[in-house]
Amino acid sequence: MYKYDQYDQAMVDARVAEFRDQVRRRLEGKLSEDQFKPLRLMNGLYLQLHAYMLRVAVPYGTLNSRQMRALADIAEKYDRGYGHFTTRQNIQYNWIKLEDAGDILADLAAVEMHAIQTSGNCIRNISSDHFAGATADELVDPRPYAELLRQWSSFHPEFLALPRKFKIAVIASEADRAAMKLHDIGIRIVKNDAGELGAAFYVGGGMGRTPMIAPCIREFVPLDQLVTYAEACLRVYNRHGRRDNKFKARIKILVHELGADEYTRQVEEEFAHLLDQGIEPPRAELERIKTFFADPAFETDLPEDIDRSDPEFALWVDRNCVAHKAPGYVSAVISLKPVGGIPGDASAEQMRLIADLAKRYSFDELRVMHTQNIVLPHVRKADLHALWSALDEAGLAAPNLDQVDDIIACPGLDYCSLANARSIPVAQQISERFAANGKGKILGELKLKISGCINACGHHHAGHIGILGVDRKGVENYQLLLGGSEADDTSLGKITGPGFDEAGIVDAVEKATDVYLARRQDGERFLDTYRRIGMEPFKEALYG
Amino acid sequence: MAELLRFRDDEPVDHPAVTVDAFLDQSNAAAVRIEPGDDARALIPHLDHVRLVEVNFPAFTDGRGYSAARVLREAGYAGELRAVGDVLVDQLSAMRRCGFDSFAPDRPFDPADADAAFRHWPHVYQPAADGRVPIWNLRHGTDNG
Repeated sequence: MYKYDQYDQAMVDARVAEFRDQVRRRLEGKLSEDQFKPLRLMNGLYLQLHAYMLRVAVPYGTLNSRQMRALADIAEKYDRGYGHFTTRQNIQYNWIKLEDAGDILADLAAVEMHAIQTSGNCIRNISSDHFAGATADELVDPRPYAELLRQWSSFHPEFLALPRKFKIAVIASEADRAAMKLHDIGIRIVKNDAGELGAAFYVGGGMGRTPMIAPCIREFVPLDQLVTYAEACLRVYNRHGRRDNKFKARIKILVHELGADEYTRQVEEEFAHLLDQGIEPPRAELERIKTFFADPAFETDLPEDIDRSDPEFALWVDRNCVAHKAPGYVSAVISLKPVGGIPGDASAEQMRLIADLAKRYSFDELRVMHTQNIVLPHVRKADLHALWSALDEAGLAAPNLDQVDDIIACPGLDYCSLANARSIPVAQQISERFAANGKGKILGELKLKISGCINACGHHHAGHIGILGVDRKGVENYQLLLGGSEADDTSLGKITGPGFDEAGIVDAVEKATDVYLARRQDGERFLDTYRRIGMEPFKEALYG
Repeated sequence: MAELLRFRDDEPVDHPAVTVDAFLDQSNAAAVRIEPGDDARALIPHLDHVRLVEVNFPAFTDGRGYSAARVLREAGYAGELRAVGDVLVDQLSAMRRCGFDSFAPDRPFDPADADAAFRHWPHVYQPAADGRVPIWNLRHGTDNG
């Protein structure tokens, strides 16, 4: 895991002091709320329906047990005893007081964490593959590149007042577990014919009200020009992105309106210019960062066999454990999606238990998944039963990774001032329905994602089944989408037709899955069947 | 009249800045003013006789002026680069890093707050137009080979 040196620590400490001073000037009336707002947003502090929300960065989703315990302490000390893991691999607290914010940031800085640029019109927390460093299918661990970009983007003086927010994801395998092409910049570390590593840049993807899949604008940027190329992409956006309309201000609109070819031409011109400006970090810096992400000391000659005599345990192993590059190990997913629960929520006690288990069974390392679950990346197969037993006792052993009840949901109208409809109760009812009717067990992989408004924080465009909450004449109404995917086969879901009320949408999801169960062929997932048979049979069942 | 905060020793230009269009029409003016939608690169062929470039920030949330400043400094412009308009204390540090060396805010700064803003950051991560040595080079020196 990356560890701060004196410089990193000095920067987060300076940030805490700066924010305390900004709060002081706000309270003294030297800053208006309009002037203060972008400052607090860039420290993760968001004003929601009932209180301030604080969003804490978990860079590329990686945490150690000490940090997880600190997050639990914050939940108890400053919030209501729980936190909410988000689709950007971050954690949010929903009941924060402005006067506590400086102290929380100081508590975070004490464990090498921060809330820098987790909101506002700037480069946000950089996300990555939650199985980085553990999966056999990666070329290299993508996180050193994400860390390099974290440093480059932190307090970048030119890019603190962009037209709109800016999200970057970095992966290093063919399989895409980070929705890379749905980011403002998606980077895939690749190898060229000469065997050298480089970065493929996908620019202009995104969800929101105008979902777009990012085109690849450069197939190979040499690694010693990575930061310079990113700077060129950002400068063209900062200079030419639209600022006349907030809803057209993301880079996807610029790339779309200019066309990918023209945007690319401008980036290449800027890149050629910036190459002479000496902004690339020394190569030694990437090498320094890489040393923090070296493999832990995996044991050898470990047993591969797992005692599957307990059927509940065996189901959890089949569903929630993922193949690992080291023999005798797996990555184990801790589901934060119990039946009827709030997707992504964890109590302080649960966080502490997860921290303890990470320390005992996973080399003191944890990952936050963008699907709002937690991963213990490196668990010995021999330890799985003990791990599962501890999780089961704490209500954390739902065997539902990528199943219909592993739902992504935004906070929705229960918390968010932008939302048109509630998301959480719909997620709860769907998971309860599929638990009660038993169909949840037989559906296989089915990614269901719910957003409470068009801004798409719940990634509904990318769900095999997506649900979008809208306001129809003052009544919550839910549109159903089918056929989205955030994976390497990225696609955007299509709306089935007229929306449904709250009870109706739960019925509609069940009807859609019934069509799948009736029509699926050997080995097909819901998404595969939908792609083969198209929308019509689903429409027939829903509206016929 | 806004108070001018200036980090230069030479004499300030004593006449008003002209618009970019006017400047390009009759480029004998020594002071020119860039609006957010102007292309700073249009000035590059004429920089040798420019002594003051004002970059206007009609709203502090519009960050195009930061790029304009860096574009000019990267082109070798060594004259005065002045941020004018809705320029706030909390933007000063980033503006200075992008190459601004004078500030004419609509509303005067509290001198103590402005002073603190310039001195606040012990280090910087990235190179920019202000010549500060980035953390990367403090760690490793300047050798990029």
